[in-house]
Amino acid sequence: MSRAQVEKRIFGVLQWVVIAFLAVITLFPFYYMLLLSVKPIDQLLLDPGRLWVGFSELTFSTYQNVLQSVDDGGQGFLGMLGNSALVALATVAMTLLASVPGAYAVSRLRFFGGRQVSAVFLAVYLFPATLLAIPLFVMFARIGLQGSLVGLAVVYIAQTVPVSIYMLKNYFITIPRSIEEAAALDGCSRLQTLRRVVLPLAAPSLMATGLYVFMIAWNEFLFALLFLAAEPGKWTVSLGLQQLANGIEVPKTILMAGSVVLTIPVVLLFYAAERLLTEGLTSGADKS
Amino acid sequence: MSTVQGAEQRQSPAPSPGRKARQGRTPTLAQRENRTGLAFVSPTALVVLVVVILPIAWTVLLAFQHARLVDIQSMSFLSNWTWENFTEVFTSPGFWTSLWTTLVYTAGSTVGSIALGLVAALALRRPFRGRALLRGSMLLPYVAPVVAVTFVWEIALSPQFGIVNEWGGKLLGWDKPIAFLSTRSQEISLLGWHVHLPLALLTVIAFEIWRYFPFAFLFLLARLQAVPAGLEEAATVDGATHTQRFRHIVLPQLMPVIALLSVLRFIMTFNKFDDVYLLTGGGSGTDVVAVRVYDFLTARYDVGAAAAQALVLALILAVLLGVYFKFFAKRVQEEAS
Repeated sequence: MSRAQVEKRIFGVLQWVVIAFLAVITLFPFYYMLLLSVKPIDQLLLDPGRLWVGFSELTFSTYQNVLQSVDDGGQGFLGMLGNSALVALATVAMTLLASVPGAYAVSRLRFFGGRQVSAVFLAVYLFPATLLAIPLFVMFARIGLQGSLVGLAVVYIAQTVPVSIYMLKNYFITIPRSIEEAAALDGCSRLQTLRRVVLPLAAPSLMATGLYVFMIAWNEFLFALLFLAAEPGKWTVSLGLQQLANGIEVPKTILMAGSVVLTIPVVLLFYAAERLLTEGLTSGADKS
Repeated sequence: MSTVQGAEQRQSPAPSPGRKARQGRTPTLAQRENRTGLAFVSPTALVVLVVVILPIAWTVLLAFQHARLVDIQSMSFLSNWTWENFTEVFTSPGFWTSLWTTLVYTAGSTVGSIALGLVAALALRRPFRGRALLRGSMLLPYVAPVVAVTFVWEIALSPQFGIVNEWGGKLLGWDKPIAFLSTRSQEISLLGWHVHLPLALLTVIAFEIWRYFPFAFLFLLARLQAVPAGLEEAATVDGATHTQRFRHIVLPQLMPVIALLSVLRFIMTFNKFDDVYLLTGGGSGTDVVAVRVYDFLTARYDVGAAAAQALVLALILAVLLGVYFKFFAKRVQEEAS
């Protein structure tokens, strides 16, 4: 056999080994999370290695406990889901509102400093969140935004605006200029052109960007911890789950139910718009 | 202002000399474009200014001030100057080891996640049944909330009821359960050699690789699919083997993306807080600088020292990036063009 044939055979086998390995490492942790969340705690302690749960012992009391409000003896995750959704949606709306004109200007208009804008905005990520956290923490304490969801959303906007400008810009430059020129000839101002012509065309990109921003805001932990730790009524799900684990001893199965509750919205959204998102993120990467 | 004038001057020769273009009431197209552009960028610029630039400037000030959390409310912006914060940072026990830990953690995670992402992208390059589904699920570690996935890892690795130790004992014959996340150093004997492994740090790096390889995978796969098939076909006809085609045709095409990913992942991981904090709390030899900053802030309420520490971290990152761009920028630029 020639070297080429040997290699072909080896890599043919290796490919499937790698695929199996990747499938296991990405899917298994999530299966494990789901499994433990419906398993009675004593079953887990008795036989930690078992990979399934008998139909008769299947339990959903963990979810009941996690979702019920604190007054009813639960962990109050339902309210936290509301907080998280509120912050994440507000962040998405405000980020898009701020970054759509910005991205449009960067991709279309020639203005003072226009070339540097996206580089400057991306420099935001050079500074560690911990560095921003200190002054923001103090600033918010001063103006009374500490412990408020509004303050949290404002920080998230700053954290997500650069990447959303980047994603939107990559899409805007693919829209033919001539369409906009036609609109301008018909008497549209820039703002009208943007609203009536560009935005409808850029709908997929807007969706993708909004989704990505939603995920970042929903998953964020550090700022939530710093700003809201003292206000249990305002906790987001991420923070609530971490505090639950840190507090008095809670059965691990309940923690896993909380994790599932935290993960499901993001994963559902992701699967609903996977293609949009992956294309939105990597557009530009394939043309370098 | 200067550009507005500049734009005017550039425009002025264009209109016929008879008209006084400069005194025309209506601004030129370029002027209008300039104004609209600035107006469109201003909302973003405002947010970035208020929530990013100002805080950073203030951190720099705080680092040189004697500031504790209790008196910061009443304190003026420009008082209590001191160098103490920096001497405290550099002389405090564990600063240098923590810096070293941060570097090992960052380098290991960056290289590992890109390498695994590359392997994954190559494996999923050609269509097969279920590829789309697998591609989607491969991104799960990246999109799932960090708090949830760190808990899953913690429980799976737990010495008491974790599945890893259970199976390790059953299938691999481990004598006793291994506490992955709280063992600073594990002695391993391998063919008569005794090596000490920083187990907790390695586990945290493994977590980071697991969580961020999808990011590299996504970008590398997108680039791979844009590599023209003809190149490889020609090489195959010429008798090039798999490894040769990868080395001489595919890899050079991927290099720009790999370089970009390396810089991005390095920056992100260097500043990473959540993952380490949630997995180990910074204990057992995983004390990265970002977690130290948090400890200074919340455990000692010493804002000045925390700011100084964060500033030192940012400066080190800036120096590393500077070195990178000085020595590799030309290559990256060439490849990016």
